Amino acid sequence: MGILEVKGINKRFGGLQALGDVNLSVAENTVHAIIGPNGAGKSTLLNVLVGKLIPDSGSVMFDGQSVLGRKPHEINQMGISRVFQTPEIFSDLSVFENVMIPCFAKRDGAFRMHAIESTHHEKDIAEQAMAILEDVNMADKRNMIASAMSRGDKRRLEMAMCLVQDPRLLLLDEPTAGMARADTENTIQLLKDIRAKRGITMAIIEHDMNVVFSLAERITVLAQGTPLVEDTPENIKGHPKVREAYLGEAQV
Amino acid sequence: MLGLNSRDFRLFLIVCALCLFAPIILNPFPVASSLGESFNAGYPALMQRFVIFGLLVIGFNILFGLTGYLSFGHAAFLGVGSFAAVWMFKLLSYNVVPAIILSVIVAGLFSVVIGYVALRRSGIYFSILTLAFAQMMYSIAFSDLVGKLFGTIVTNGETGLQVYNDDPQILLGQGDPTVPHLFGLEMNSAYTWKIGGWEFVFQNGYYLSALFMVLGFYLSIRIFRSPFGMMLRAIKSNQTRMSYTGLDTKPYMLAAFVISGMYAGLAGGLLAAMDPLTGAERMFWTASGEIVVMAILGGVGTLVGPVLGAGVIKYLENIVSKINDSILHNWFAFMPDWMDNLLVTIIHPFIGKGWHLTLGLLFMAVVIFLPGGLMQLGEKFTALFRRKKTDDAKTGATNPAE
Repeated sequence: MGILEVKGINKRFGGLQALGDVNLSVAENTVHAIIGPNGAGKSTLLNVLVGKLIPDSGSVMFDGQSVLGRKPHEINQMGISRVFQTPEIFSDLSVFENVMIPCFAKRDGAFRMHAIESTHHEKDIAEQAMAILEDVNMADKRNMIASAMSRGDKRRLEMAMCLVQDPRLLLLDEPTAGMARADTENTIQLLKDIRAKRGITMAIIEHDMNVVFSLAERITVLAQGTPLVEDTPENIKGHPKVREAYLGEAQV
Repeated sequence: MLGLNSRDFRLFLIVCALCLFAPIILNPFPVASSLGESFNAGYPALMQRFVIFGLLVIGFNILFGLTGYLSFGHAAFLGVGSFAAVWMFKLLSYNVVPAIILSVIVAGLFSVVIGYVALRRSGIYFSILTLAFAQMMYSIAFSDLVGKLFGTIVTNGETGLQVYNDDPQILLGQGDPTVPHLFGLEMNSAYTWKIGGWEFVFQNGYYLSALFMVLGFYLSIRIFRSPFGMMLRAIKSNQTRMSYTGLDTKPYMLAAFVISGMYAGLAGGLLAAMDPLTGAERMFWTASGEIVVMAILGGVGTLVGPVLGAGVIKYLENIVSKINDSILHNWFAFMPDWMDNLLVTIIHPFIGKGWHLTLGLLFMAVVIFLPGGLMQLGEKFTALFRRKKTDDAKTGATNPAE
């Protein structure tokens, strides 16, 4: 029984069957990649997992609880964090504030009226925030306004914001999309470090085969909204069906 | 000090001192001089407006400055506060304490309802919703729909609401003041200090309003520096990330909206406490627009900007609109006649009733050259000063003393 259990998900947009009978099981403490050609339904599946889309049928269980019908902030409070394709950060705030906010969310829940207390007196929060910034090598940039950073740094910041909450499942939506080679390598290294250090369960949606094969322990291949096959990276590489659907175009 | 860092505390002290000495600072010219007649602003009625509208815009800034949600109907809460206060005068007595308390509560209740509905949308749609609510409330107040429904008076329509001799005033004892007062301290009584040609008026009402403004300013600093304030800025920055970080944006927004509505209600209550009558025109959309202009002129999202913006606009409204052609002729009397006449002709459209033209030009200049509001002017000056200082330090370092 995995930490995330997706059973029989169907989702239609008008005449298009975006997801057809998707089953997926992400085991605790693994990195599970979901790959597939454009239009395979990867992003739709991810949006279902985080509560942005509600499927027509099926169930999504996280740690024995259904996530369907819950709002994004409730799903986050259950322990699922999400990294976006283009980094979603608080651009007008400082790097330090960016990581303090998830700490507050983790400690105080979805809403708390702490309007009189001074932020500077929150020593625990500041320590947590500082520790995670050191982990991702951004401690020296803590007073920078987030929008002034490079794209690679924004990605690291977003990761830090997710990690500081100590999520039980980290969802990554094409974490290296549109990145230069060096940035991609850095991101892979960062994810490997996170994995080694914290043992966080991750589900990655990714286009870049290099990223997938250097990180994933299990791979699910989606094609036309249906899972084609699920296996270890070694077996996926040689799988004829996968080659036909997807890898035939790519060099592996 | 007081839970503020040293910089904020200094700022707070400066604002306190300005409020305390405003009657002196704003009357720099002798009463009888022509400059004094035109530019002295230290009379109670105007000073009250400075601090009351300052308070109003401080509250507005908590919503607009921090969350970026532009409410275009804030005058409605001001009006509601005023009506609540006048009703307290009519029913209880002229003591301002119950009036001010009720004005804050009633404005708070109204803002919960309006905020709950309007915050379902963001951006321009939110602004339009607040505007629509405010205009509905204005119409209801102006025609006294609620009163007509129950066969009584609630807002007293076009006439406006005021206290009459046959009102219940159940707490009014024998010999109690028949003007608004704070436990006997009459709002409109003042001490006038005459020294040389100068006159400084220290009025109870002004100081009560100033006290509330200072308290409101203090609270706003605390909110700006709190985790709650940080969440509001996060909402302005990225709501998607906010909800994927496990935070519910709705209650944060509503709390900010209600707090700023209560500030407006307090300001309305104080207006009524200074002058115990009110009318629906206080809720008209131009009044709401004025609040927005004050905030932008002063500097949205800054601590002092709103007070500054309110001050500048109320000053222009009262001072520039008072200037007329004969005053101008007096000033330019030393010039040859043709030049005097030419200047007066040029300036004429911008004074008196044309003060809005002056305001418009000022507003345009600020928005174009100082998008951060008048506060940015201060920052630019300090930056200039600092640069000079560091330049001096550098030259000092390269030319060591022998």
